[in-house]
Amino acid sequence: MSLIDISGNLLFVAFIAYLVATLLFGGSIKQSNATGKNTEKWGKVAIGVTIIGLLSQLGYFVTRWIYSGHAPVSNMFEFTTAFGMFIVGAFILIYFIYRVPALGLVALPVAILIIAYASMFPKEVSPLVPSLQSYWLTIHVITAALGQSILAISAVAGLIYLLKVVDLKKPSKQRFWLEAVMFFLVVVVGFVVATSIFNMMGYDSTYTYVDKEGNERQIEYKMPPLFGMNEYKAVEEHGMSPLVEMPGLINAKKLTTVVWSLLVGSILYLLIRLIARRRISAIFQPFVKRVNLQLVDEIGYRSVLIGFPVFTLGALIFAMIWAQLAWSRFWGWDPKEVWALITWLFYAAFLHLRLSKGWEGEKSAWLALIGFGIILFNLIAVNLILAGLHSYASA
Amino acid sequence: MENIICACGHSNPYGTKLCEKCGRPLTEEGKQTKVVDMRYDGTAIRSKTYNKTIIDKIWNFFSNVKVGIALIIITLVSASIGTILPQEMYVNAPEPSKAEYYEKVYGFFGKLYNSLGLSNLYSTWWFQILVGMLAISIIVASLDRGLPLHKSLKNQRVKRHESFMKRQRIIGEGQVSNPDETLDKVEQKMTELKYHVRRDGSALLAERGRFARYGPYINHVGLIIFLAGVMLRLVPGFYVDETIWIREGETRAIPGMDGYFIKNNKFILETHGDQPQDEQTNQGVNAKAKNYQTDVTLYKQPEGAIPGDIDNLEKLRDYSIRVNHPLKESGFALYQMNYRLNELRQMNFDLVNKATEDDSLGQIEIDLTNPKKEYDLGNGSSVQILVYTPDFSGFENGEPQTKTSIPNNPAFLFRMITPETPKGEVSFVEIRKPPLEPLGENKYRMKFAGAEMRNSSNFTIRKDSTIPILFVGGIIFMIGVVIGSYWNHRRLWLQAEPDGRVLMAAHVNKNMFSMKKDLDTVTTFAGLPPYEDQLDKSEDVKKSTKKKEGDNTL
Amino acid sequence: MEKKKKRLVIRTIILAVLVLAIGYTVYGTATKDKVELLAVGSQAPDFTLVDLNGEKHKLSDYKGQGVFLNFWGTWCKPCEKEMPAMDRQYKVYKDQGVQTLAVNIAQTDFEVQNFVDRHELTFPVVIDKTKSVMTAYNVGNLPATLLIDPDGKVAKIITGELTEEKIASYMELVKPK
Repeated sequence: MSLIDISGNLLFVAFIAYLVATLLFGGSIKQSNATGKNTEKWGKVAIGVTIIGLLSQLGYFVTRWIYSGHAPVSNMFEFTTAFGMFIVGAFILIYFIYRVPALGLVALPVAILIIAYASMFPKEVSPLVPSLQSYWLTIHVITAALGQSILAISAVAGLIYLLKVVDLKKPSKQRFWLEAVMFFLVVVVGFVVATSIFNMMGYDSTYTYVDKEGNERQIEYKMPPLFGMNEYKAVEEHGMSPLVEMPGLINAKKLTTVVWSLLVGSILYLLIRLIARRRISAIFQPFVKRVNLQLVDEIGYRSVLIGFPVFTLGALIFAMIWAQLAWSRFWGWDPKEVWALITWLFYAAFLHLRLSKGWEGEKSAWLALIGFGIILFNLIAVNLILAGLHSYASA
Repeated sequence: MENIICACGHSNPYGTKLCEKCGRPLTEEGKQTKVVDMRYDGTAIRSKTYNKTIIDKIWNFFSNVKVGIALIIITLVSASIGTILPQEMYVNAPEPSKAEYYEKVYGFFGKLYNSLGLSNLYSTWWFQILVGMLAISIIVASLDRGLPLHKSLKNQRVKRHESFMKRQRIIGEGQVSNPDETLDKVEQKMTELKYHVRRDGSALLAERGRFARYGPYINHVGLIIFLAGVMLRLVPGFYVDETIWIREGETRAIPGMDGYFIKNNKFILETHGDQPQDEQTNQGVNAKAKNYQTDVTLYKQPEGAIPGDIDNLEKLRDYSIRVNHPLKESGFALYQMNYRLNELRQMNFDLVNKATEDDSLGQIEIDLTNPKKEYDLGNGSSVQILVYTPDFSGFENGEPQTKTSIPNNPAFLFRMITPETPKGEVSFVEIRKPPLEPLGENKYRMKFAGAEMRNSSNFTIRKDSTIPILFVGGIIFMIGVVIGSYWNHRRLWLQAEPDGRVLMAAHVNKNMFSMKKDLDTVTTFAGLPPYEDQLDKSEDVKKSTKKKEGDNTL
Repeated sequence: MEKKKKRLVIRTIILAVLVLAIGYTVYGTATKDKVELLAVGSQAPDFTLVDLNGEKHKLSDYKGQGVFLNFWGTWCKPCEKEMPAMDRQYKVYKDQGVQTLAVNIAQTDFEVQNFVDRHELTFPVVIDKTKSVMTAYNVGNLPATLLIDPDGKVAKIITGELTEEKIASYMELVKPK
């Protein structure tokens, strides 16, 4: 078995461990809800399994690093996987400070989703272009991802807070948006399911098209084409032809992926609603009914406090040092840079609102969710849509 | 604006919320709430106290944190607008036609985006003013809050009034048998916990991590230094940003670096074995590239030499400029930015008889960087170059014209002299075209016999004297953020009343969780009455959904 | 009262400094893209270049004379058009103390010699092989002409083609009195 196979297996082990740990955290809460007592034992096993998962994923990280010769954060798969790993790491850190099992019940599924999402991207080890060959890049990316993942824990805490305080019996804006967050998570599952199914089927269609600058190019669809590229012509087509042709400005392949994910996600969501006969928020609510709101609010605030300096260091300062070396200027208003700045400004506003306007509790929780939304936007949309210098370019 | 005289007799500046001396709430609002607002320790925020002149009004506007937050949000939203379409500098089109590019590629929206200046958003006047206003807000708000807070923290009294104590988030009250002993024990334990303990009669103040309160002000100072550094780039002499294209073999004066010259010895492009993926070529990323490198030699003129005097260039050193490895010299740095491959450097021609193509009377090698007038082939044959146009674009009045000085499309007017044709035959040879024979049919012709190419490199020449300032600003900012985030200011007030009652209050500016741990330790150790968190209680009242809240392990 | 006045003064100063800084930034950004040649009235940087006959020409050697300094290239059509007129005026003014110097931008000796021969130019033509004079004079577009007065100061900068009358009038301008 070669190093890269070992690496892949370790990642798989980690993934399974996270799944098991999630169930254990759920069990721990159920037990304690039922008996009204702390179930230290369950919690200990759960965090133990989580740690095993993290160690296994660290193993993946290190072996892949050794195999490829550079830090495995250089394409969409590698970076997103690492982001998932750091979220687990940040969760473990916060868990040992506050020991709230409900955190695990939310943080681990988020990490699982992120890793699953990551594994839908090409996993090949790809060599680095010259501008990426810099240890400052490694330091920058790892620190930035670490900061983002600690910030993500505040969204986890925010979600727990909202699950507890939002009244799900009466219709309200809060109830709607909370369920919207849940729906979004299901759509990510939809993306994973749709991609995996079409992958297993070995789906593949190739078209030529004319890009927005008027050049003829070729594109390969891995999902049945709902949308066709600008002036597309089939080279090799299977199953179906595109239903609608899009103008050159829109990448119809990506749109197809998004729509498939939405379709599958919506079906999954409806199925869950039909089977459970309640909102997804309501499914989770019993698990958080005994959390201390003050504490959860503090966890959310604390993770922003811990994460913000790390994020600043990684996403702005180290980034500037690298940019100065690679491109001769420390700042270039590249979309990815701008979105890092936006994330930073957003959390700065978060802290100021909390300090001077007293936005604590529910407001803070919503802000934390929005913050995580910006981080995800930077990871997903900026990489795939607003591609600039930072684009991992392997969509 | 009158000063406020507290019940204890202390005179506080207008706007003070908690008496500077004893801590009694001074506002009606403060007197009614259960937990007082401890921001800035209840000092008067300066802006709120004076509001007379227009300067005061402007000052107060910027001092308002609400305004600051609004500015942050506006900056954030504006910055995001700039990412909707690529900024002008990233548009892959020549300078004059960028406007058309937006319209051509993005249609009406693109045209609108460009004409609104959004394609150059970050250097528009309004965006800069926005950032500038943010800077004003940071300075003014910090001055207005930081200074009074500093004064208040410095002059803290140990003894506070009961109404202050009771309005803290953490309070406790109860009887102890021996108040003095309790205070001693508290002092001992709190000192162990690294608190700084002060006592004043029967009152005790234990304090830890006060410097954490300065974190925000320190990081604001760092930010301002950083922004000032960015601004300084516009001052002449601080910032040089030049660019140069240089071909292999050429020596050029380096723009922006007076007296320095650079020679391009060789450009090297190394590739990884694999093919670029479609998506990557789409985005203009050359996936194959592994290394872009230019081997250069850096020269300097001797002291006092004037431009153009290149006889005594002094070789400084050889260097390989690669991406991520710029050449650094006396504050300047040269970066490998771009390259162009395969420009003609030398062309070879055989002089052949048209009838017997294969027999060459000899070959001439024309160095395009230095063509000669005449090439002697020996045996009575020679070739003269009458005209050379590096980038031939047609004839004008019978004269061959050149479009540029770059050998994109070289053409020559040759005169071929052979023993057979001693007067010479004239032939016009353009690359990849049959020769023209303006003076009648020739017996001989110049047959293309290969060429040599060379590459060019593009460097950016950068000097940024503001970097040290930015660095200092960045470090100060980080120190401030870390201090403000990773440390917290914890205080415990304890007062023994003559009747044996002990009053306890605690405050922490953040991270109540850790404070409570300290409190648990000290209350157990010193046998203090149990404390309560007034916010926990209020939440219970508010929600009153569950009987028992606050199982911390859940 | 004193205190209030002091406060007002401090606030005014701080705000004024900040507003000036912002103003400077906005102004600086708005004007930074304009490439300017040397300032009129400033000392013309001295240089030395070699002409086609191997002779050195140093700008400071012409102190006391006016200098008509022209940057050009063979591919540049307007440059080519103004050359014959320059040559005629050179012949008129060279005895009146106005020197003409044509600086070619880094082309080969062959091309320059060919060009000079074809147009039968008599004024000295030097080649700036390393573009160092071009850089020192911050020359962008061709042709660019600088008039340097007998004191060595820049009297006039013109980019673009010149008519014969203009050339004559400019030479008149820097003629030693």
